[in-house]
Amino acid sequence: MTEPIVSIRGVSKKFPGGIIAVDNVHVDIAQNEFFALLGPSGCGKTTLLRMISGLETPTEGQIMIGGEDMALTPPNKRPTNMVFQSYAVFPHMTVEDNVAYGLRVTGVAADETTRRTAEALEMVKLSHLAKRKPDQMSGGQRQRVALARALVKRPKVLLLDEPLSALDAKLRDDMRMELTRLQETVGITFIIVTHDQDEALSMASRIAVMDKGAVQQIATPSELYEQPTTRFVADFIGKVNLIDAKVLSTTAKAITCEAKGLGKMSVPTNKSCGDTVAIAVRPEKLKLSVSKPADAKLLAIAGKVRDVAYYGDTSHVVVSASDGLDLQINVQNDTRTGGSGVERGQKIWVSWAPDDSIVLTE
Amino acid sequence: MAALLKPGSGPLDYGNRLWLKCLFVLIYLMLYIPIITLIAFSFNTDKRGIVWRGFTFDNYVKAWNNSALIEALTNSIVIAIIATIISTVIGAMVALMLWRFRFPFKGTYEAFMGLPIVIPEICMGVALLLFFNESGMMEFVVNTPWPLNLSNIIIAHVAFCFPFVTVVVRSRLVGFNRQLEEASKDLGASEWQTFWKVIVPFMMPGLVAGALLAFTLSLDDFVITFFTSGPETVTFPVKVYSLVRRGVSPEINAASTVLIVITVVATVIAMKLQAPAKAGKG
Repeated sequence: MTEPIVSIRGVSKKFPGGIIAVDNVHVDIAQNEFFALLGPSGCGKTTLLRMISGLETPTEGQIMIGGEDMALTPPNKRPTNMVFQSYAVFPHMTVEDNVAYGLRVTGVAADETTRRTAEALEMVKLSHLAKRKPDQMSGGQRQRVALARALVKRPKVLLLDEPLSALDAKLRDDMRMELTRLQETVGITFIIVTHDQDEALSMASRIAVMDKGAVQQIATPSELYEQPTTRFVADFIGKVNLIDAKVLSTTAKAITCEAKGLGKMSVPTNKSCGDTVAIAVRPEKLKLSVSKPADAKLLAIAGKVRDVAYYGDTSHVVVSASDGLDLQINVQNDTRTGGSGVERGQKIWVSWAPDDSIVLTE
Repeated sequence: MAALLKPGSGPLDYGNRLWLKCLFVLIYLMLYIPIITLIAFSFNTDKRGIVWRGFTFDNYVKAWNNSALIEALTNSIVIAIIATIISTVIGAMVALMLWRFRFPFKGTYEAFMGLPIVIPEICMGVALLLFFNESGMMEFVVNTPWPLNLSNIIIAHVAFCFPFVTVVVRSRLVGFNRQLEEASKDLGASEWQTFWKVIVPFMMPGLVAGALLAFTLSLDDFVITFFTSGPETVTFPVKVYSLVRRGVSPEINAASTVLIVITVVATVIAMKLQAPAKAGKG
């Protein structure tokens, strides 16, 4: 990685009363990245974003933006701009004045202000509403005013706090594509805070998953999904079947373990494990078959269909195996008449390739 | 169930009940007949103002030519304007402080600040009179040229007007989205710019309403003014009081009508400005 544009080094934030919102976070964000901070509510992701913007000060650690320590730089002097969750569009100003605000207060020349404001409005497709007041606009439009207002400042880093949470589902999809397009056109580093894994997976180039103030894993969307390093990440990103297992023996390439409901099995991994691990398998990696699959390399387990939920494109099948182990399997409904092809109460075999199992040590 | 209810007998259909309508009319008559009489008799030709004799504008002309009355009215308006400006500034600053900061004894301070709203005017009048006398300000101020000789009255008016401004402005600030302030700073504005370009425009309806409230309160105050005014500094209500003791003349009616019009116009503007509270949502 070249010189990171944002470098967060050992940052912690303790609020009075002993609440630790952010706990010793290290993140490096590269130029032009679309970076997502993902986590459940209260995990400290917004606090971290606000510390980058300067609206909160870290109690420990250092935040570098563009190679400079930001400790003594107030928010109005930082090369960052923020799109707030409530949009925070100034209600007493027209759309145009809202967008021009950041240029006017910093003494940008009037003709340049006019030009850049028009450009920014063009970029978010709001030129025709320039003279409107925010209370005559929809949520999606106000959101784009907030975006234009931040982008017109040409920040090094654009910070977005849950930008899509207040929009309805259809608009959210449009805005998601719009944000990705904007990020590619303007070539600014975006840092987005979200609790919605779909949002993070579909937009971000890299994601930091946070829980209880600490970063759990930083990886690309596909790495996060296919190679989660912790139980929390595996569980938080997408659906997962987690199976507790006792480690019997380990080699450099695999472990042999006694898994709940599955018996003795061998799973490939290069991690060093303790006594217990969790084996994670994504529901779409599991296959259903009426009889035991012939391929001996597959891991297979017999069970009974407990529940079938129909979702249109897929059906989610829950199979109860021995030892109280429940497995969820996602089946593609790839023909119009076939459906999931299974019924509640049916005896069935579940199988998957050993390579599709993930060994989680923590 | 719904079929049993006759139209107009529902629990919230108050407007359709005859006795309520009568009560409504009666209350409004009680409230407004005296004022309407006052205004009507300002156009009366009769000198004593007891019997209606004919329509005229003479009383307005007479009132205009009555230098003592006009002087009192000028004093009242000058006092009201100055007191309004000062109490709006102080009131807004107090409101901002109470909204923005936490400090020890904040609750106590807030309670004491609101005291002039609830304290009987007569007590405040006597207290201010004693204060001005004991501090020597009464003597000092009376000998200064106009409009400085109104200082005591202005100080007294500010003392009871600014809490009203504070209450109005503070209730406006409760609806302020703090993210607007953060957004302003994030976009490069200093604290000072944020204050003038974001917070003050947001407070504006409250400021105007509070100012008009202060203006009307100051304009028609009698009790406190009576105690704090000197012989040379007579305000309109005090002057009217002294004239009425020698009988109500139609001139007073005319001058009072002018005052009513000023007050009503100011109040209507204040209400208009306060009504659209939705403008505050970001």
